[in-house]
Amino acid sequence: MILPMEKFTLNINDQKVSIECAPDTPLLWALRDQLGLTGTKYGCGIAICGSCTVHMDGTAVRSCSLPISAINDKAITTIEGVGKDGLHPVQKAWIAENVPQCGFCQSGQIMSAIALLEQNGNPSDADIEQAMSGNICRCGTYIRIRSAIKNAATNKV
Amino acid sequence: MKPNPSNNKLFKVSRRDFVKIGALGSTGLILGIPLGCKQDKNAFLTGREDAVFAPNVYITILGTGEVQLIAHRSEMGTGIRTSLPLVMADEMEADWTKVKIIQAIGDVKYGDQNTDGSYSVRMFYQPLRVAGATVKLMLMQAAAQEWQVDISECKAVNHEIVHNSGKSLGYGYLAEKAGALPIPSENEITLKDSRDFKFISKETVIYDLEDIVTGKAVYGLDVQIPDLKVAVIKRNPEAGAGMKSFNSDMATAIEGVSKVYKMEPTAFPMGYNAPLGGIVVVANNTWTAIKARNAVEVVWDKGINASYDSNAFMQQMQRSVQKEGQIKRQLGSATKALKEATKVIESDFLVPHLAHSPMETPCAVARHNADGTCEIWAPVQSPQWVRQAVAAALGIEESQVTINVTLLGSAFGRKSKPDFVVEAALISKEMNTPIKLLWTREDDIQHDFYHSNCAQHIKVGIDKNNKVTSWVHRTAFPSISGTASAEAKGPSSDELCMGVLDMPFEIENVSCESLDAIAQIRIGWLRSVHNINHGFAIGSIVDQVAQAREMDPIDNMLDLLGSDRKIDFTALVEGFNNYNVKLEDYPCDTHRFKQVVQLVKEKSEWGKSLPKGKGMGFAAHRSFLTYVACVVEVEVDDNNNIKIPMVHFAIDCGVPVNPDRIRAQFEGGAAFGASLALKSEINVKNGAVTEDNFNNYLVARMTDAPINTAVHFVENEEKPTGVGEPPVPPFIPALCNAIFMATGKRITRLPIRL
Repeated sequence: MILPMEKFTLNINDQKVSIECAPDTPLLWALRDQLGLTGTKYGCGIAICGSCTVHMDGTAVRSCSLPISAINDKAITTIEGVGKDGLHPVQKAWIAENVPQCGFCQSGQIMSAIALLEQNGNPSDADIEQAMSGNICRCGTYIRIRSAIKNAATNKV
Repeated sequence: MKPNPSNNKLFKVSRRDFVKIGALGSTGLILGIPLGCKQDKNAFLTGREDAVFAPNVYITILGTGEVQLIAHRSEMGTGIRTSLPLVMADEMEADWTKVKIIQAIGDVKYGDQNTDGSYSVRMFYQPLRVAGATVKLMLMQAAAQEWQVDISECKAVNHEIVHNSGKSLGYGYLAEKAGALPIPSENEITLKDSRDFKFISKETVIYDLEDIVTGKAVYGLDVQIPDLKVAVIKRNPEAGAGMKSFNSDMATAIEGVSKVYKMEPTAFPMGYNAPLGGIVVVANNTWTAIKARNAVEVVWDKGINASYDSNAFMQQMQRSVQKEGQIKRQLGSATKALKEATKVIESDFLVPHLAHSPMETPCAVARHNADGTCEIWAPVQSPQWVRQAVAAALGIEESQVTINVTLLGSAFGRKSKPDFVVEAALISKEMNTPIKLLWTREDDIQHDFYHSNCAQHIKVGIDKNNKVTSWVHRTAFPSISGTASAEAKGPSSDELCMGVLDMPFEIENVSCESLDAIAQIRIGWLRSVHNINHGFAIGSIVDQVAQAREMDPIDNMLDLLGSDRKIDFTALVEGFNNYNVKLEDYPCDTHRFKQVVQLVKEKSEWGKSLPKGKGMGFAAHRSFLTYVACVVEVEVDDNNNIKIPMVHFAIDCGVPVNPDRIRAQFEGGAAFGASLALKSEINVKNGAVTEDNFNNYLVARMTDAPINTAVHFVENEEKPTGVGEPPVPPFIPALCNAIFMATGKRITRLPIRL
């Protein structure tokens, strides 16, 4: 289906931005190609690997499958926007645990972890597994991701 | 070991490599007063701002005191971009906070850059120590000259040369003076005693850590340059096959589409450099390109592999290994000993094709310039090979091609192959504009260089004294070389040295055999390569042998490894390949092998009693010159759900250069092994791969991967060996053996289906 370009105004990382694109453009590609926010990654394009995770009104969403036309005035936060005054506690926990290997999936992992901790300040192992099972890490950093989430929850960092 | 046309000459630091540059812009007239010529003690830390001391290609010291260290190997998650620079920093007594790491472009002047085969640390540990120590000596000589004292009165301490009297000069201050000195010869160099290491064997976090967690790290997919357009390619489901016709009207009608055109596919076997080709779609942005690709209609043609069916192929290989194959290693008479055996343990083992599926799919930015040169930014494991391949494809000289290596969003061997970069370069030339080529996940999974599927048969004879007296191992798999040559009919001798011909057991009658199997799809090396298949089979059969002998599996392993000896494989196997290094330099030492086995036994509480549904399994395997023993604990519930609460690895990789990153490789290696053991499988029907994304090509998620992994080091001062690949091969059979203990079910086929 050929969709003509349209103008959209988005609220991204507390800033109003305007872009022109086809309305079915996934937020992921608008962020990366048009807004230069490349911290959000492409991994699968079908919302099952979690690399593209961002927040929409504080909830973790897969930006690869979220069309621009569905966002309206909802607040979008990307990895570039989580540490407003320096590093976010979850980012600090990631550093303390030395989590990343290649690092490519970690933006998405961190965004999922922050969304989890905002809803559940003291997640159990099962809660962590449930919240994080949508995020694939091919390097296999899962053990440290789990530890970092627990550290962040108990304010060790 | 792996086919690679790039210059694989072993790097050696020779005097010739130490090209001295000295102080840039120093004319002798502009005797810039060193910034350090003030009374303030701190001021003696720095020198002329434009001073550059670059005694070799890896190390540069600026007058400001900044030390620039070249990372010439590719960073795909192993930490190598940190680990090798810290080896240099340690020997030169640099302050790590004043070190800036610079990623090398692809250039032969850096020596081997093919980041593959777990040999970065092994190959470069010693030369880079020498490089660092040379710099330190020159800085000491410069300080001694400045002070008019004997060099024995000087020592290097944290970015300064300190005199016995307490006075000191900073590296920045000394840079220009050191640059004026002759390069010392290697025999003047003294390396540090290991007790004095500041970084080696200590914990150093990766250089890019903060950039990664803040989303600032730049991978190949993130490269932005002016006027960039995005390309995707619609490919024939059968790799190497062509097309009859295509219609691009619907695609070109989409706003933002620049061009839709045909890139001629390269027929199978196309090798590793050739573009797969197909219908190229170029657009202003990624989404437009993807949508337009969906709108292209193509009538594909069939190629020579149109009838390839991986299931039928596996059955054929399985049948073939029931009979004697080409004998590649023989000792005594296995046939005779098997006849005389009181017990014979035998089993087939099957492993499917597997895909690399790195988190970052293959991608590359190429800019073909008007003057005929080409610049590339890409996540590649072998930038020199890419440089050659791009030059050849464009018909230009290598000197006209620049390969900038970005961070790699993992790779596992996929990004060794230059094909996707060559495609990007060709499209940029065609379009006369900079191009970012994206392989979507579907492209990646459907058009990988797949892991060799493999069928094996192992037969072990036990005599009346409960002694293992015969070993027959047959393996059939398509060779990696089959991707490049129709002449490759089956496993090569080099490939068989990954887990078949290097069998370490002290058994009197041995026959190691291979059977032909012809590649009918692109085959490539995947992390651990053929050790995946062979480690799985050997680790599993050995557990069955222990059961048959009514022995503890670890005692059985120690018995099979036999006496302490360095196994002379060169006497046992014609053309034995010890991971491309001399066996005498890196022997297969059964004493070291047994040490890791004993260590894992001790650390894992091996033999502890476990409730129903739980099991512990053991396996050990030497690959890429590193010894690894593994114990896996497993829980299997009534619905056959498998959980892995604990994994123990005991390893001997020589001096552990960056222990935290070694642990990370083992944690990740276990998770990677969990993917292969529990989840992943590529099937091919009618020449086309049936899986196309992570919804059907399954990989381990947090719920599947081990919950804890402990890594125990054998402490020694042996030469360091690699750790990227060695974790995977023993993990898989250890898991299978644990499942056997928990459920009584023997696993002989991957992925595990209970």
